[in-house]
Amino acid sequence: SVSAAHLLRLHQRFQLLDKDSSGSLRSEDLEAALSENPIGVRIVGAFFQLGQEMVDFPSFVRILAHFRPTEKNRTGDGVQPDPGTQMKCPSSVAFQLYDRDRDGKISRTELLQVLREMLGLQVTEEQLQSIAERAIQEANLDRDDTICFDEFRKSLEKVNINHKLSVRFLE
Amino acid sequence: MLLLGLLLLLLPAGAELSGSAAPLRGPAHASPSTPPRLLLPQPALERGAPGVASARSAEPAGGAGGGGGPGEPAAAEHPHHGGGYRVVQWEWSYVQTPYVIAIWLLVASVAKILFHLSQRFTTVVPESCMLILLGLVLGGVVLIASKKQLYQLDPALFFLFLLPTIVGDAGYFMPARLFFDNLGAILTYAVVGTLWNAFCTGFCLYAAKLLGADLMDFLLFGALISAVDPVAVLAVFEEVHVNEMLFIIVFGESLLNDAVTVVLYKVYISFVEVGPQNVQMADYFKGVASFLIVSVGGTLVGLVFAVILGFITRFTKKVRIIEPLFVFLLVYLAYLTAELFSLSAILMTFCGIGANKYVEANISQKSRTTVKYTMKTLASIAETIIFIFLGISAVDKSKWAWDTGLVSCTLVFILLFRAVGVVGQTWVLNRFRLVPLDKIDQVVMSYGGLRGAVAFALVVLLDAEQVKAKDYFVATTIVVVFFTVMFQGLTIKPLVKWLKVPRSTNRKPTINEEIHERAFDHILTAVEDIAGLQGYHHWRDKKSVYRKSELWEAYQKINIRDAISVIDQVGGPGRVQMGSGKRRTRGTAGSRFWFWFFGFCPSVPAALDVCQSPPPLPPSPPGEDSHLPWKGGVGSPPPCVSVEATKIIPVDLQQAWNQSISSLESVSSPPAPAEPVHPRVSALSRLGGSRPASYTGPVGAAPAQALPPAAFCFPERKKKKPVEEEEEEEEPGASQEMQPLMSALKPPGVPQAPPSPQAPPGRRRNPCVYLRSLVTSPPGGGAGPHSHRPTQL
Repeated sequence: SVSAAHLLRLHQRFQLLDKDSSGSLRSEDLEAALSENPIGVRIVGAFFQLGQEMVDFPSFVRILAHFRPTEKNRTGDGVQPDPGTQMKCPSSVAFQLYDRDRDGKISRTELLQVLREMLGLQVTEEQLQSIAERAIQEANLDRDDTICFDEFRKSLEKVNINHKLSVRFLE
Repeated sequence: MLLLGLLLLLLPAGAELSGSAAPLRGPAHASPSTPPRLLLPQPALERGAPGVASARSAEPAGGAGGGGGPGEPAAAEHPHHGGGYRVVQWEWSYVQTPYVIAIWLLVASVAKILFHLSQRFTTVVPESCMLILLGLVLGGVVLIASKKQLYQLDPALFFLFLLPTIVGDAGYFMPARLFFDNLGAILTYAVVGTLWNAFCTGFCLYAAKLLGADLMDFLLFGALISAVDPVAVLAVFEEVHVNEMLFIIVFGESLLNDAVTVVLYKVYISFVEVGPQNVQMADYFKGVASFLIVSVGGTLVGLVFAVILGFITRFTKKVRIIEPLFVFLLVYLAYLTAELFSLSAILMTFCGIGANKYVEANISQKSRTTVKYTMKTLASIAETIIFIFLGISAVDKSKWAWDTGLVSCTLVFILLFRAVGVVGQTWVLNRFRLVPLDKIDQVVMSYGGLRGAVAFALVVLLDAEQVKAKDYFVATTIVVVFFTVMFQGLTIKPLVKWLKVPRSTNRKPTINEEIHERAFDHILTAVEDIAGLQGYHHWRDKKSVYRKSELWEAYQKINIRDAISVIDQVGGPGRVQMGSGKRRTRGTAGSRFWFWFFGFCPSVPAALDVCQSPPPLPPSPPGEDSHLPWKGGVGSPPPCVSVEATKIIPVDLQQAWNQSISSLESVSSPPAPAEPVHPRVSALSRLGGSRPASYTGPVGAAPAQALPPAAFCFPERKKKKPVEEEEEEEEPGASQEMQPLMSALKPPGVPQAPPSPQAPPGRRRNPCVYLRSLVTSPPGGGAGPHSHRPTQL
């Protein structure tokens, strides 16, 4: 579902990123590309499955294809990922961004870490904690002091995630 | 309003009568034979009104005063009052100009009040319609009374004074992110759409062979009639509340098409002057070039002034009181400078957009409020005046000539071409946009292409010598403007409802959304980086240097918003227990919120002597008495103070509050560690590193009642903005700390609109214990448990 020209371009990009020409990318390669991004490391981590060290080209394309804008634009975010492929919906990618240990919940510490990375130099520790506290308060419906995936989605139900997380480059 | 109108008419009559008896004064008198001249636009005058007003004073009502000029009649009248001292004098000509202006403003404002008297009426009829109707009525009155139209929408007045206020307000408060996200669409519609409309309308009107005027005239007319008008769009869309994206596209288009309109207008005017046969190819290229210059130049002027404004406001810490003045002056100067160079002045909305970011960060809270409200007031008044004058000007029959064919054709054509243009452009745009615009959006967009006062002002500015058909054009423009504003304005609301257009939801932003949206931005940037694209987000994030504290500010805003909403809610079921005795001694049971707080200030012993001035509670409006718990009187069911209510109380007063509440009750409970005190104290001491003295002072001096934090919080409040920021930072922080205490004993009856905090009580101990170690004097166990107190009662 990706055009050949795009594939070619992505392949070139893949090779460019692949510094040691091993045919697959390690996390360091990707992180190097995202050096300026405050949460670059996390993003890379979110892309990799647990325990996976390398990303080969098909997986690379698949990951980027997560961010293709979908056709149904006015509905809520597509909940069911394609069962056949490994594709996840964008919101689960975002969720994994926070939830590094993949336990299915975002705890306060995890949230704090993300906030610190995003805002670290500009906001003090207390402020970060207040923000994190407030965020958990708002989203937390089952009173367990963490945010599970459903709560995460619910807190963002007004935000059309598919719109937000789509980049038009794989037409 | 009619009375006022009549009063206006009587005034000059009275002026004339007494003028004849008084020595003539002032330069404004002119002979009755020349009033028509004074009605023409006189840009040289400071305002159009004096020209108009002086015509009025030279009314045919009195012959003696206006005849011939000041010389002879004055000489003739002097002998009447050669001698005595006149105790009271009628100084009409002296105050004439400002008086008339003020009266007009008053009429406009009173009109607005009267409209809103009927709620049902205002929801159906948009304000702009009413104002135009009012203008019609007033114009009719004036016409009947004086047989001649005295007030016109003077283009100079419009372009120099009325339009800048509206445009400045629009630019300053434009949601920048939304605007730039949709900039592609906006530019397309503004440029391509307007060009399409202008050419098609012009050509088709010419093809209809109306009036025998030539192509250039029609092209000129097409140019000025095809511009979507920002004033009208604002006025109508404001009441309709469509979703933000739609609004920003239409509104942005109406702003940005000014460049196109200006260029087309000027180009065609020069073509008309030169004569159509002398137009050469080079002129067309010059036209295109001038478009680029006009648009880019206008933007640049705006940006330059925005930078200057941002720069100046960095240094205004010592002169906070005139900060708003800088904002207004520079925005206005940007507009005038653009006009000076014949650039597109409306494009100085970019000045507003740019200035907003920097200025908001630099100026104080009060200045921000001042700027916001003044701008909105001025813009609202300007809008009102514009519509009233539109109505008035319509009544003057001498200015226009009716041609049915032209009018009807024009109406049909503009609607048709707008629809076609919108559909065509949307089809092209949808291939590039992330969020496509669907059919409903297109309908609203084409229907929302309102013409307004800009078109009218431009047509009045036409030179009747050059453009023979001017009067017809004026009439057509009036009809078109009326039609769009009134008919389309009236029907757009039902249309929007019928089509089920997604409305602006007014949803409250949650902190989660803010956080996640930020994270998403980073994710998208990362994806673009990985894929090697230099995409939109890439560039946007590069400029993220000014988005530093956005998250924090959003957080604060959310807290403040919650506090306000809680004040509104808690008035019902939840109330603070009115401790009987001491509370009563305050004065009355239903005393005001503020008074209660002030009252409690001195009640807290010694160390709080410092707090003389009321701590500004930023969010809670003092007028919200009826909602306030404390007004409910004594003996009300005392479930508690809700968690949220604690947030509204400024941190520095929380201690005082708790103290006072505890002092009301004689119940003693095991003193819990005074947690709430510490986070605030220590956090303040950490953040306020620059002022350690003020901290340690009261802390050392205070009795072990945890009052010092409250004490030295007050002086903090009075300081300037950077300190205010710290203060505000702490407030939510500490209030967050407060919540766990409250949540454990959640009050039964309080509405819990915001999700209730469920953090386990144990959590508060950790940071508090840590923070406690930073505090020099460990306070006694006074404050903590008292916060529980109200909930137990």
